[in-house]
Amino acid sequence: MSRRFLPYLTNLGLLIAAMVLSLAIGSVFIAPENLWQVLRSWLTHSLMPAGLETFAFIITDIRLPRTVLVLLTGAALGGSGTAYQGLFRNPLADPYLIGVASGGGLGAVLAMSIRWPYTFWGMMAVPLSAFLFAMLTVLLVYTLARVGRSVPTTNLILAGVAFSAFATALTSYLIISSEGEVRRALNWLMGGSSQSSWLTVLAILPYLVIGLGFLLFNGHALNLLQFGDDQAQQLGLPVMRTKTLVLVAASLATAAAVSFSGIIGFIGLIVPHVMRLWWGADYRRLLPLSMLAGGSFLILADILARIVMRPQELPVGIVTALAGAPFFLWVLRRAKNQGYW
Amino acid sequence: MGFKALRVEGLTVSYGARLALQDISLEVPRGQVMALIGPNGAGKSTLIRAASGILPLQSGKIRTNGDELTSLPPMQRARCIAVVPQAVALPPAFTVWETVLMGRTPYLNFLGQTSAKDDIIVRRALQRVDALDFADRRVGELSGGEQQRILLARALAQSTPILLLDEPTAHLDMQYQVALMQTVCQLAHEDNLAVMIALHDLNLAARYADSVALLVQGRLEAIGTPIQVLTPERISQAYHLPVQVVSHPFLQVPLILPFDRTASLAGEGRQKGGE
Repeated sequence: MSRRFLPYLTNLGLLIAAMVLSLAIGSVFIAPENLWQVLRSWLTHSLMPAGLETFAFIITDIRLPRTVLVLLTGAALGGSGTAYQGLFRNPLADPYLIGVASGGGLGAVLAMSIRWPYTFWGMMAVPLSAFLFAMLTVLLVYTLARVGRSVPTTNLILAGVAFSAFATALTSYLIISSEGEVRRALNWLMGGSSQSSWLTVLAILPYLVIGLGFLLFNGHALNLLQFGDDQAQQLGLPVMRTKTLVLVAASLATAAAVSFSGIIGFIGLIVPHVMRLWWGADYRRLLPLSMLAGGSFLILADILARIVMRPQELPVGIVTALAGAPFFLWVLRRAKNQGYW
Repeated sequence: MGFKALRVEGLTVSYGARLALQDISLEVPRGQVMALIGPNGAGKSTLIRAASGILPLQSGKIRTNGDELTSLPPMQRARCIAVVPQAVALPPAFTVWETVLMGRTPYLNFLGQTSAKDDIIVRRALQRVDALDFADRRVGELSGGEQQRILLARALAQSTPILLLDEPTAHLDMQYQVALMQTVCQLAHEDNLAVMIALHDLNLAARYADSVALLVQGRLEAIGTPIQVLTPERISQAYHLPVQVVSHPFLQVPLILPFDRTASLAGEGRQKGGE
């Protein structure tokens, strides 16, 4: 039993540790005992202890929503990265490589460049637009890459990279040509979490719950797909329907992730790899574990982004790329002879 | 008995403009092994894939007990027909146990949860191919022969009345070729499965199959018992190679010997020397 739950407990422990650090560390350090007092009063809706009102504001209105947003973003990228890797049976597949993230980003910026109200529904429109563009991207890239009835992975990635460049160019153009909203869009582009608030958390939550929730039910299907379409079908899987639905769900999660957090690379690539190395290849476990680990990893990166150039903040995308790229190369070299993929 | 488990009627399949199979009709009854033979590209693998219901048919029907296979959902099909593909490019990271357990897919709920009954069936399947000892090892660490046995175990875990095998002996040494063919025969004769197996080795087909179907360029050239089908004229014509067919010294089966000009001269010389 313990062997079965060990991966989850480990990942959950890591996540909680990362969250505590994220709440404590920042321009003002908040000691653990104060943190605990504030959180307890907040959760029980009782009066804040005297002298802790400033801390309380920092925690509940700034750091907590930010941490939760970062957690959700990381979980979405980790989960959808795992799904894409399984779907395309390619260790290099990730939301960025096949163009979905850039396409979704274009949709998000488009929605932001129009004057949108700071209400719940106004906020909800950003991930919706990102999702529509992400789906459009998937359709376009899939169609471009298709040869007859099959979709060769190389074609898919080539089409994805090409479309990604196109969408990124359009996004940059939109940001530069828009007037009043430039600052917000620029912040977005840098992969910052500066837009975090409880409103943004609420705005992406429905998309994430649907997208990631659906993926969690498809671990077994992804296991079967590792044997190729023919064998998966011969084992009883309705392959075309499953692949389409998984693709939609993963794109939904990706779109939600890029809506307010912008371009954050490498998480969807690295997290599933590490989880696979640690806990094995079974997608029924890999999916939830990658979501948990994606959340922890991005929170840690976000903490680094806050403290490295204090008081100035670094875009978190820079941190993930700087940490991620060399790490990925190391994993790649190490894994070459082990055939763990 | 005599009850027809797998029935192929007027099957035509094309890949783009190329006809891969033309008007194939055959029946594999339960309790029998049918070998598909023929030169490379004759359509053996295509027939296996089509019979498993995963290819769009240009015309013709595939029936199991009267049900038309292509109209069944994949789950129902997988309870009827199991396929042993060639063991190439298997995902290496799954363990043997996990891989064989995937044979239980058509009986699982939508979460893919397995039960104690599934565990028992998987254990039995692994025992049957003599692979229980390495159930916890990763598939990527196994030899080609071991991987092939794992795929057979996975098909057995599907608990189907029909078993299709696509050249399962291709990468096996002699010992495992014979062991695998013996298992396959047992499955047909003792467990009453209908077995269709694509084979390159004509002598394995002659030795173990109850009936043989010869495919040449997508057409069914001949079908019948090994002795009826494996005649020197037919084989020579199909493979563009002179062959000699002799009687097996101990068994009532034909033995096919490739027989090119240089070999024949050397053989005559040796015979003369012996006289």
